[in-house]
Amino acid sequence: MAALTCQEMVEVVTDYLEGSLGWRDRRRVAKHLAHCTACARYVEQMRETLTLLGTVPVDTLSDEAQSALLDAFRDFRR
Amino acid sequence: MGADQELVDALRAGDEAAFSRIVSEWSRPMLALARGFVSTDASAEEVVQETWLAVIKGLDRFEGRSALRTWVYRILVNTAKSRGVREHRSLPWSSLAGDDAGPSLDPALFQDGAWRAAPGEWPEHVAVESSVLAGEVRGELESAIATLPERQRTVITLRDVLGMSSDEVSDLLEISQGNQRVLLHRARTAVRGELASYLAHEGEV
Repeated sequence: MAALTCQEMVEVVTDYLEGSLGWRDRRRVAKHLAHCTACARYVEQMRETLTLLGTVPVDTLSDEAQSALLDAFRDFRR
Repeated sequence: MGADQELVDALRAGDEAAFSRIVSEWSRPMLALARGFVSTDASAEEVVQETWLAVIKGLDRFEGRSALRTWVYRILVNTAKSRGVREHRSLPWSSLAGDDAGPSLDPALFQDGAWRAAPGEWPEHVAVESSVLAGEVRGELESAIATLPERQRTVITLRDVLGMSSDEVSDLLEISQGNQRVLLHRARTAVRGELASYLAHEGEV
């Protein structure tokens, strides 16, 4: 079984983090990360990126649109 | 299903607080989802409003075979799709092409498969929620997401920003798990890259 290169490692990082790799590939990744500080750092930065993405604010409907919908709900349910 | 049935009962009884709450919460993923099918933010907003009006009218016909939220999101996707067709927006979700194919990270970063130079270290407090840096970083992330190709932007927003599951996203966008992962991978790689270059410049100051 050929060892994983760094360039291959960065292309399977999402499969790895998503848990969609088979056990053989998981083991190849684990082996690579145990010896490669550059890739270990890359994966760690990817995890940090995901944590930070979870804090990005996302728009919802404007207040006007929300209150128009509430009016429609009230009218219909009456 | 217990909590879901309670919610449905509350809505059918005309509970305005319950309605306001789901409109405010669910409209975030709904806007992001709609934007994946239509051409502009404005028409995504209209699709979301149209969906809620359909929900109000259709609530009595909801049979509880899926969660209420799933039912609402399905109505949204159908509404967004027909709107997209009317707008002649044809971005196929089922196939990968153009911006979404090929290696995600610049091959020039590697020589014979190994890093030419290891990725630079990030400051330790970058992920600390309250730090000033985290605020600036959030801004960087927002603009990094905004510049992604559309399908990548939709997937990363639903998955990583809004925290939806991979099953739910594949299902709603009607794409395979594999294609979803490809889009997510390219998006994440690009966003991490933007963040890395931002942090590298920060270090120089």
